[in-house]
Amino acid sequence: MTILNKTTAELQELLHNKEVSVKELTEASYARIEKTDDDVQAFISLNKEVALNRAEQLDQEPMENRGPLFGLPIGIKDNIVTKGITTTAASRMLEDFVPVYDATIVEKLNAAGMVSVGKLNLDEFAMGSTTETSVFKTTKNPWDLNRVPGGSSGGSAAAVAAGQVPFALGSDTGGSIRQPAAFCGIVGLKPTYGRVSRSGLIALAPSFDQIGPMTRTVEDNALLLQILAGLDAKDSSSSPIEVPNYKAALTGDIKGLKIGVPTEYLGEGVSEEAKTATLEALKVLESLGAIVEEVSLPHSEYALPAYYFITSAEASSVLARYDGVHYGYRSENAKNLDEIYRKSRAEAFGPDVKRRILLGTYTLGAGHYDDVYKKSQRARMLVAQDFQNAFKKYDVLISPAAPTTAMALGAEEADIVTKYMSDILTTPINLAGVPAISVPCGFAEGLPLGLQIIGNHFDEATIYKVAHAFEQATDFHKRTPEVKEEN
Amino acid sequence: MSKVTKEELLSVAELAMLELTDEEVEMYAQDLSAFMAYADKLNELNTDGVEPMTHALQQVNVMREDVVADVLDREEMLKGAKEHQDGEIKVPTILSE
Repeated sequence: MTILNKTTAELQELLHNKEVSVKELTEASYARIEKTDDDVQAFISLNKEVALNRAEQLDQEPMENRGPLFGLPIGIKDNIVTKGITTTAASRMLEDFVPVYDATIVEKLNAAGMVSVGKLNLDEFAMGSTTETSVFKTTKNPWDLNRVPGGSSGGSAAAVAAGQVPFALGSDTGGSIRQPAAFCGIVGLKPTYGRVSRSGLIALAPSFDQIGPMTRTVEDNALLLQILAGLDAKDSSSSPIEVPNYKAALTGDIKGLKIGVPTEYLGEGVSEEAKTATLEALKVLESLGAIVEEVSLPHSEYALPAYYFITSAEASSVLARYDGVHYGYRSENAKNLDEIYRKSRAEAFGPDVKRRILLGTYTLGAGHYDDVYKKSQRARMLVAQDFQNAFKKYDVLISPAAPTTAMALGAEEADIVTKYMSDILTTPINLAGVPAISVPCGFAEGLPLGLQIIGNHFDEATIYKVAHAFEQATDFHKRTPEVKEEN
Repeated sequence: MSKVTKEELLSVAELAMLELTDEEVEMYAQDLSAFMAYADKLNELNTDGVEPMTHALQQVNVMREDVVADVLDREEMLKGAKEHQDGEIKVPTILSE
């Protein structure tokens, strides 16, 4: 039991009444990490001394200057740069990389008075859906330490689920916030592409990547997005569209709201548990006055191939910067410049990263540029148009967030294409650039299931409204794992 | 779509500046072949007249004023480089006599 299990509102009240200090909350976070992280392995690094000093300073801040998340601990996925704090992307390539600037969103968290306690594990360069490709450690699912937490933001999801931090940042290129949120029974939102600045996010696929909040409750999630969202001159793809007040959307009133259920998202490859939990959730929403109808997104089956070809192409381009010269790993076996490039990359990239670089380079080559890369971009357009057509009629779309519960650690798939099938429900959302959340919607054999609520571009408010109404009508979010090994 | 041969894989690795072992060449040639079979799925799709989607949002060019703003100090930026001298990154000699 930790004080951090209290709600955000309760913690703020304790801070205001001086019954607890920011320093004590920060210490509580480290105490919980010390108690559970030998098992969970969520954090790559902790910056305890800096965080405790900062907490002491924050305690001096007058009450009237404090916002709703002031003084609360947060963990940051280790592909988001932090000035003076090693940022690895869970890769040998960046093992010793100490950034000289903060990501824009880190500046925003600091300005809001949040306390960053450390950096969280992920799949190498965020490529993966189990967090097992990290070169540093294997993060475990707090609900069952023999299972994966999901990925690539597996450290972020596991840390929140284990009660180490009430808030974490993740990034989502094809489901990397939503799928681990589902596997770990927490709330994770991938905002609209362009809603949150990517300045300081180590890129995987720049036309897909988006940073988002991972939290215990929908309200916490809305409060954190409020801090993160907005235009940034350092990211020309960030949007000038005004940021609404997200908390104001949490009314609980969804009467007459129109929900579309894509039939393609309840088909082959989706487990019975996930389907059942989703249909039960829809009944809850119907009982609250929402109108639920089936809808078709006819190009869904083309989303996954298009996603893999385009993201690999983008990854092969953005990872070209790791050359052993400017920063990052440099091979000691290289005798000339050419060997510095080839050997540094060969020695410091893991197998999944190499695979995507090779696939991307192949796809962008003269022989396949038109019939694979351009073809994928045309398929992307059709997938995006499916969403635009659906949002003419529906306020949100709903599906399972992941086809199954968390997999066992070390499970090998028959072939590489099958391995990627677990992303089938989340990648179309990134192709279209629309926002989507995962909220807890049930358990199967003690493992959490997530409900995916998809909204139109820049309509995170409606997603939060529906997610909050569902959360308040159910109690899945109140269950927490004990963090123990199953025998 | 055709199988990716070891020779093709090696030429891709050459472009991608990746030195590979023989085992890796074998493994990745197989993996890429599996992906190319997957590309056949896309060829079922009629995309005549469909524009390629290059960005998640169709934003027009974003311009800024052409004025010098705060930038990182050069020496600060060089901290990540393994070797540097006089504000420039050092690499091994690339020109022979």
